[in-house]
Amino acid sequence: MQVTSIETTKWVLVAKEEDVPANGGSCVMYKNEQIAIFNFKKRDEWYATQNMCPHKKQMILSRGMIGDKECEPKVACPYHKKNFSLKTGENLNGEEYSIKTYPIKVEAGNVYIGGLE
Amino acid sequence: MKKLNNLVIVGNGMVGYKMCEKLIEKKVQDEYNIIVFGGEARPAYDRVHLSEYFSGKSAEDLLMAPANWYKENGITLYLNDPVVKIDREKKTIISSKGQSISYSKLVLATGSSCFIPSIPGIEKDGVIAYRTIEDLDDIKSYAAKSKKGVVIGGGLLGLEAAKALMDLGLETHVVEFAPRLMPRQLDEKGAIMLKEKIESLNISIHLNKNTKSIDGEGKVTKMVFADGSELETDMIVVSAGIKPRDELARESGLEVGPRGGIVVNDLLQTTDPDIYSIGESALYKGMIYGLVAPGYEMADVVANSLAGGSKTFAPYDMSTKLKLIGVDVASFGDPFCSEQEHQHIVYEDKTKGIYKRVNISSCGNYLLGGVLVGDAKDYNMLLQTYKNAIILPPTPEDLILGPRGGAESVGSGVLSLPDAALICSCENVTKGDICSAVTYNNLEDVAGIKKCTKAGTGCGGCVPMLNDLLTATLKASGKEVNKVLCEHFGYSRQEVLAIIKSTGIKTYDELLAKYGSGDGCEVCKPAVASMLASTWNEMILSQDTIQDTNDRFLANIQKGGTYSVVPRIPGGEITPEKLIAIGVIAKKYDLYCKITGGQRIDLFGARVDELPLIWEELIEAGFESGHAYGKSLRTVKSCVGSTWCRFGLHDSVTFAIEIEERYKGLRAPHKLKSAVSGCVRECAEAQGKDFGIIATDKGWNLYVCGNGGAKPQHAKLLASDIDKETCIKYIDRFLMFYIRTAEPLNRTSTWLNKLEGGIEYLKDVIVNDSLGIGEQLEMEMQYMVDTYKCEWKDVVEDPSKRKRFTHFVNSTIADPTIKFQAMRDQKKPVEWGA
Ligand SMILES: Cc1cc2nc3c(=O)[nH]c(=O)nc-3n(C[C@H](O)[C@H](O)[C@H](O)COP(=O)(O)OP(=O)(O)OC[C@H]3O[C@@H](n4cnc5c(N)ncnc54)[C@H](O)[C@@H]3O)c2cc1C
Ligand code: SF4
Ligand code: SF4
Ligand code: FES
Repeated sequence: MQVTSIETTKWVLVAKEEDVPANGGSCVMYKNEQIAIFNFKKRDEWYATQNMCPHKKQMILSRGMIGDKECEPKVACPYHKKNFSLKTGENLNGEEYSIKTYPIKVEAGNVYIGGLE
Repeated sequence: MKKLNNLVIVGNGMVGYKMCEKLIEKKVQDEYNIIVFGGEARPAYDRVHLSEYFSGKSAEDLLMAPANWYKENGITLYLNDPVVKIDREKKTIISSKGQSISYSKLVLATGSSCFIPSIPGIEKDGVIAYRTIEDLDDIKSYAAKSKKGVVIGGGLLGLEAAKALMDLGLETHVVEFAPRLMPRQLDEKGAIMLKEKIESLNISIHLNKNTKSIDGEGKVTKMVFADGSELETDMIVVSAGIKPRDELARESGLEVGPRGGIVVNDLLQTTDPDIYSIGESALYKGMIYGLVAPGYEMADVVANSLAGGSKTFAPYDMSTKLKLIGVDVASFGDPFCSEQEHQHIVYEDKTKGIYKRVNISSCGNYLLGGVLVGDAKDYNMLLQTYKNAIILPPTPEDLILGPRGGAESVGSGVLSLPDAALICSCENVTKGDICSAVTYNNLEDVAGIKKCTKAGTGCGGCVPMLNDLLTATLKASGKEVNKVLCEHFGYSRQEVLAIIKSTGIKTYDELLAKYGSGDGCEVCKPAVASMLASTWNEMILSQDTIQDTNDRFLANIQKGGTYSVVPRIPGGEITPEKLIAIGVIAKKYDLYCKITGGQRIDLFGARVDELPLIWEELIEAGFESGHAYGKSLRTVKSCVGSTWCRFGLHDSVTFAIEIEERYKGLRAPHKLKSAVSGCVRECAEAQGKDFGIIATDKGWNLYVCGNGGAKPQHAKLLASDIDKETCIKYIDRFLMFYIRTAEPLNRTSTWLNKLEGGIEYLKDVIVNDSLGIGEQLEMEMQYMVDTYKCEWKDVVEDPSKRKRFTHFVNSTIADPTIKFQAMRDQKKPVEWGA
């Protein structure tokens, strides 16, 4: 779903566009939060999620491979290949845990994340 | 050449488009100017897969063909310009933009619109139909400001719409007038099972609800039903059936049915023989066909008659399968048999949510119809059995229960269908067409069948059947059956490799764009990466994001997010200086040390940012990458051999080093291990390796396809008493043949087990060169050997690649969550969270 109230979202500059490889991810730190950001070049979209894989609590998702499952954009954890939707954070293997997602936007080569305290 | 006659097609929907395609196929454009008027803003799109618009497909993706396709084929297409009048006297049509064009033949493919019941309040904001891309845009933007949505209509399309609302994040309800879901396709029990299944997706179902009014100030806020109950909602999607768009025909005096639809005859002519109607606007024998397959057939009939043929339309089968993800539902033939004598067999499993019913003629010989809920994998076969009036086996319950006596499964009986059996009803392709295409055009995959015969390119419902037919036909002709890589590539690994080689494609992105679909995944990306590497041998980090994390960081990820490092120690032989160097480096970076099973030293606990630093020092000390992270040659283990061992026949260490140096870095479908033993005592365990060599008194014995690991398997003897050169030649051929033909992530042992003809066949190919490819395989291997470079050296020397080795891109600190604890004088990661 779309972010409706752009005006009220506070955006934090976290990286430069070139810090994130095309069709891959990088990890950024904001206060004590580790956030994985993905440059989904193939779809011309950007996504941001928590960096921790909830399966075994590993700080790793930014190093996961991205792609799609029946058109749903997703990231696969490198450890045990659990899949998470980049849009909703839902686990796509039918398991219970899910990951947090953040609004993200890129302007003039700068990557911003919203929804941070 | 001047063409005199105008053929005007009104409506550019799925069927109107198919009409154009058929006309071109039959070269009708040599005789007619083809002019198409479309009422919508874009050229025809795939309405059947409309809901995929919500799951990521763009309007562009859904187009049947881009606008220039019409141009290239000499068709004039006016979009956004509906025809508003037909002057039958002057044989002219007038469009909304005022164009007036004469016709000699006219085809009305105006389709249908959503049937909007006349409920008071239906005009309010927030009540939206489910038919066009614009409708979906409206739904999307309205949903963004809604929490709750109701679908009116619990039929095929209504449930699809409900799934879409749910995916948009709304609390979703379905309101159905009838006492059960999909009343036209399902019997009572099937509908109950479906209801439970759908409710388990968190969609609420309200049956027996007659909507009396839709309330709200300007926009909808609630629905009131005849039984007095109410349902609050933010939006309503209407999917209560279809209404043929027959207004043009009606106004120009053509006969229309009492409940709508343009009346047509067997040739699909309306009451004016120069005017045809096809698709969802046509009323044939009192029936509107609300599916694409019969619409396409109608287009074919009209194109055929314009080309001078005499084909006629006949009543069409309306069997259907629902596309909802997570719920399988199908109904075929006569699902109820309420008016004919019959027997039926029912299978119900409440815990699994499966309900199946088949209706059988009272003589027990024929299938009349049925309903499948929760498990519809037998649908295609049942449908064929029904449509072709195939005589049933004496135990018809096998149809839905599966055989229980170890006999052949019913599904494998695809080859027993008559050649005339219609497999793809959208494109009218029979089993005979498909099987002969497979045999005579040497097709090896479903993509090939689609290309050759067009089967499976319409609604796609027959694709599983195509797969079965392909498998069965290939099997019958003794060929190996291929498996596709994943949902993004309709090719087997072997085919993808052939594509890479013949097209010279060097990047994943280009391959996906030209030969795949979607965005890729963690299955095809590393598989393709491996194939590119074993074909072009370019540095794998030039495409780092398609590599598994191990390949992306050229190290093995371990618990806790750190990596382990394995320098190459060919043959397991190492000087004291190098041992000391490893010790010094391990100490400096505080790495846990362990000797591996492959006679090397594994250094654990390196942070991602430390990897280039560690490697810089290792390379300085004369080490190279050990490729422990790759699906590639790992290690060639050796025993000490004739140089020291009193039993040794030849120098196994030297040979092991030569072999390891030759094949180091070679990427393959899976990892490769090897070993060389100096005599039959086999201290290096060569018979447990992908290829192993044992010294004999006359030379060397070469064994292949052994495995340790989870499924131990002894290697098989490929050649005996051969000299070193021959041994290397055979290994070159063997490895390249494996790389060419194995499925992804199949070790050599698994590959051999699947190889038709087994080791005898392999011997034939490798030793006797029965396929005549020996020399080529050797050349390919020599190329790999000549182009080898140490991947780590490449990174250490390239600042831009080094830059990727950080945990945070906005900070230089290390990952603060990495934690170790002490164990036996070294460190280990803390246990991971559950
Ligand atoms: C969500 C959804 C899912 C579906 N799923 C399936 C399925 O799984 N399987 C299946 O077989 N079928 C399915 N269908 C039905 C299928 O889409 C239709 O049977 C098919 O689209 C009918 O094609 P058509 O060309 O007759 O009509 P349409 O596709 O409706 O096209 C008619 C076109 O004519 C235009 N038009 C109308 N009047 C004029 C005029 N006066 N001048 C110019 N243009 C005009 C309209 O704007 C429209 O673009 C589904 C339909 C929907 C809505
Ligand atoms: S295999 Fe033979 S040569 Fe090698 S160490 Fe064992 S006994 Fe010695
Ligand atoms: S056997 Fe299992 S635990 Fe041991 S190294 Fe291999 S994968 Fe890890
Ligand atoms: S830690 Fe992510 S899948 Fe196991």
